Amino acid sequence: MADVNRGNRPLSPHLTIYRPQVNSIMSIFHRITGAGLAVGFLALVITLLHASGTVEAARPSGWWLLALILFFAVIGLWYHFGTGIRHLIWDMGHGFDMEFIKNSSIAIAAVAGVLSLITLFVAIF
Amino acid sequence: MRYLTDRQRVEGLGSAKEGVGHWWTHRITSVALVILTPFFVFPYANAIGHGAEGLQALYASPFHAIVGVLFVLVTAHHLMQGLQVVIEDYVHNTLQRTVAMLANTLFCGAVGIAGAFAILKIAFTA
Repeated sequence: MADVNRGNRPLSPHLTIYRPQVNSIMSIFHRITGAGLAVGFLALVITLLHASGTVEAARPSGWWLLALILFFAVIGLWYHFGTGIRHLIWDMGHGFDMEFIKNSSIAIAAVAGVLSLITLFVAIF
Repeated sequence: MRYLTDRQRVEGLGSAKEGVGHWWTHRITSVALVILTPFFVFPYANAIGHGAEGLQALYASPFHAIVGVLFVLVTAHHLMQGLQVVIEDYVHNTLQRTVAMLANTLFCGAVGIAGAFAILKIAFTA
């Protein structure tokens, strides 16, 4: 009777009772930006379909919506880019000490901010 | 010593030898995207600042067309695998999960192919 206690066993602590930590917050945002970038990817492809003459131009309000999505996608993309590189470093077995995690978190935020500003600057000017 | 029952050994069934396939493919696409993303995003941002004409001029270039098609297709695959993990983690009802998985695969496949088609159309008609 291995399953006699099924559904009534003690559970491991849930995410919500932990005090937020820099690495848990960044991990969650890596996932949120990754899922959110699905919308950004769709917006990107719509601009390509329009530029290729495959679909007709949307109403001007549609363009503002696309621009707004792409604006947030730029920030989400460069954040996901930074945390993604850190995940690759972790996958190779490096950087598990708190010092690396804290320093790299600051670096990721700074790099994401600078790359976002450069991208927006390149687009506008 | 393999951990197989006699019956499994006779049937020849066991591990499909692709246990880490999903995870490993996700790493390969992420390494590819670390390289592709800067080469795609900055020229694209510059081009879209000039509207549809800017994008048409950009993808008339073979280099940017190839980078663009690679970025769009690799991103579609990476996105599909990432969203699949999220669905597996949070959607537990079998029917809902099957529908979500199917929608994810069809969405990423369709958007990826459409993006590649659009870039190639510009490249070949420029």
